[in-house]
Amino acid sequence: MSIMKDSREAVMTGRRTDGTRVKRPLSPHLQVYDMLQMTSGLSITNRAAGVAWTIGMVFLVWWLAAAAAGPDAFANAQWFFSSFLGILLLGGLTAVAWFHTFAGIRHLYWDAGYGFDLPAMQKTGRLTLIATGVMTVLTWLIAIISW
Amino acid sequence: MATFTLPKNSKIGTGKTYKAEPGAKNVKAFKIYRFDPDTGENPRYDTYEVDLDKCGPMVLDALIKIKNETDTTLTFRRSCREGICGSCAMNIDGMNTLACLKPIEEVKKDVRITPLPHMPVVKDLVPDLSQIYAQLRSVEPWLKSDTAPPPDGERLQSKEERAKLDGLWECILCFCCSTSCPSYWWNGDRYLGPAVLLQAYRWIADSRDEATGERLDNLEDPFRLYRCHTIMNCTATCPKGLNPAKAIGSIKQMLVERQG
Repeated sequence: MSIMKDSREAVMTGRRTDGTRVKRPLSPHLQVYDMLQMTSGLSITNRAAGVAWTIGMVFLVWWLAAAAAGPDAFANAQWFFSSFLGILLLGGLTAVAWFHTFAGIRHLYWDAGYGFDLPAMQKTGRLTLIATGVMTVLTWLIAIISW
Repeated sequence: MATFTLPKNSKIGTGKTYKAEPGAKNVKAFKIYRFDPDTGENPRYDTYEVDLDKCGPMVLDALIKIKNETDTTLTFRRSCREGICGSCAMNIDGMNTLACLKPIEEVKKDVRITPLPHMPVVKDLVPDLSQIYAQLRSVEPWLKSDTAPPPDGERLQSKEERAKLDGLWECILCFCCSTSCPSYWWNGDRYLGPAVLLQAYRWIADSRDEATGERLDNLEDPFRLYRCHTIMNCTATCPKGLNPAKAIGSIKQMLVERQG
């Protein structure tokens, strides 16, 4: 007998009118649910931002390692980061870092017991998005001015 | 385990379309999930055109009209038709709610109706709730006390103590919230889900209950409680306007506070 990985498997079998067994279907979830609302929309974006930021760290490590390895390697890394693709990547990572930071603050706020009612949730959600946009643009303005 | 697609036997095909009577002016299409265990075929969407001029205002009115006049095989749970029994919980237009409390006019396009999400389907719009009922039993949702009640009457509460139960006792166990929660979809075998956790908190918050410590012990578990990631689909979808996310947050806070 195979081991059941998920206890819910037990209720996936039903009976027909004549008593024979039938495998029940699973009702649609992601296929029908409104996932883009403020609640689940920002939640999954926060996760994705965390993953993206972790991958972005690999590029930071590359940049630092290149700096330690010598002028040629560093020139290579610099060439990549100042290319169109590199700028696009850095721009994306800036947005992702700010989003993850603000969403994290939102979570701290919740964990302290505040902001659970729906109007507050909408407001802090919108604030997270606006702050991400503003801070990303501001970061790049400062970067370009002091280039 | 999180599986984002539907299993092979659950993929939804297209079924029949039942046209409205000729001459009907105010027609709305209802695209309804159908599954018949006796045929064993995959589920399908049947479309029913309903003349809204001859139909009550709520989605449940349309379902009953379809069952009475068009297709008697359409199967769904309903009882009170006034949002107090919780039977007609289903997914309407992408959100879980009670069909009896959902005005048809709130849905702009065709009204798509499916069973509560990520549940085993018994037939049509009827999901199997035995897993979630078992989870409810596991939090022992009744008053537990070692001390005897006063011999001359009830266990009394102050107004403030009673006020703590507002927003908790009103839950009708329709499970719209639990089945709206992506974390419950992926981890529902071990995560209790918002409805059951709100019930757990209803007894934790009750001044007359003396089992608070045990109740918290039972919930202090990476899965049972902490699979809640404050997504808040539960609160957004609750047809009674309750706040399961806040109740879960309160349990988490109590667990931290009791560490001292």
